[in-house]
Amino acid sequence: MTDAAGPSPPRDRAPGEGGARQGGVRGAVTLYLVGLALAAGLSAASFLLPATHLVYAPALPVALVVMAIAQMGVHLVFFLHITTGPDNTNNVLALAYGVLVVFLIMAGSLWIMANLNHAMPSMTSIMTMQR
Amino acid sequence: MSQAGVYEDGPAFRRIVVGYGFWIFLLSDIVMFSAFFAAYAVLESATAGGPGGRDLFDLRNVAVETGCLLLSSFACGMASIGAERKSFRIFQIAMAVTFALGAIFLGLELGEFAGLVARGDGPGRSAFLSAFFALVGCHGLHVTVGLLWLLTMMAQVWAKGFREDIQRRILCFSLFWHALDIIWVGVFTVVYLLGAAP
Repeated sequence: MTDAAGPSPPRDRAPGEGGARQGGVRGAVTLYLVGLALAAGLSAASFLLPATHLVYAPALPVALVVMAIAQMGVHLVFFLHITTGPDNTNNVLALAYGVLVVFLIMAGSLWIMANLNHAMPSMTSIMTMQR
Repeated sequence: MSQAGVYEDGPAFRRIVVGYGFWIFLLSDIVMFSAFFAAYAVLESATAGGPGGRDLFDLRNVAVETGCLLLSSFACGMASIGAERKSFRIFQIAMAVTFALGAIFLGLELGEFAGLVARGDGPGRSAFLSAFFALVGCHGLHVTVGLLWLLTMMAQVWAKGFREDIQRRILCFSLFWHALDIIWVGVFTVVYLLGAAP
């Protein structure tokens, strides 16, 4: 794109800033209020769900984890202002790498330790071996 | 030819470089927390005959803590709007509310810890409780540091006004405070709700 008439490339935006850019103070406060309402709703649902029997009991952990990830997304978008806009590419790429490392550490630890637990003989059979 | 990150009008603003650098730090902090989460998840059943999460956790207390931290995150957002608008009064009031809610959160958490230790269920009781105190205590330590940082920012704005460098520090502080709330979402789900689930 060499023509000067085309849209100039957007400036990068720092994470956390830019909430008050569009729509003035009222728009910015509204953005935070929407985030607060969504986050509070998801938190309340997480706390109340185990008491109700709306979700099949063995599926409860998955439901709770899904709501936690959704709430983290709400916080990222409405409080930290991480968006998918072209001015946010660097922030999103850094976040994606962070999520990858977090996933590798958590899933890898659980996988390896479960495997070790499975392979280790039980305490009683170790005791009998020593005799 | 225009590419992302390359501009005809010079390098990025200082504010963007500082914010991006702090964002990288926050992500590395989250990676460190993920190691604590992994340790907790691995050791959750290693109670050494002692009490487990279901016997220890008071979910009502945790719900109040969650509400405090969420509202303080919102108040912190109001403070950053006040800073962007250079409104001294809005900034200081919102920061004071943020501090009060954060302090209530910390008080509730310390009360929970003190109760556990008093009953003999301190970090030395079992591997499960060691991992619990390490993870939740590390988050509480971050909140403590955040509260000290918050007071520093209030004092700096009071003494020096909304200078460019102070504005950058306020941006970094608000990122830090919001990130702590994100980590708390993981804590209350993984530790408390999954731990107390039947």
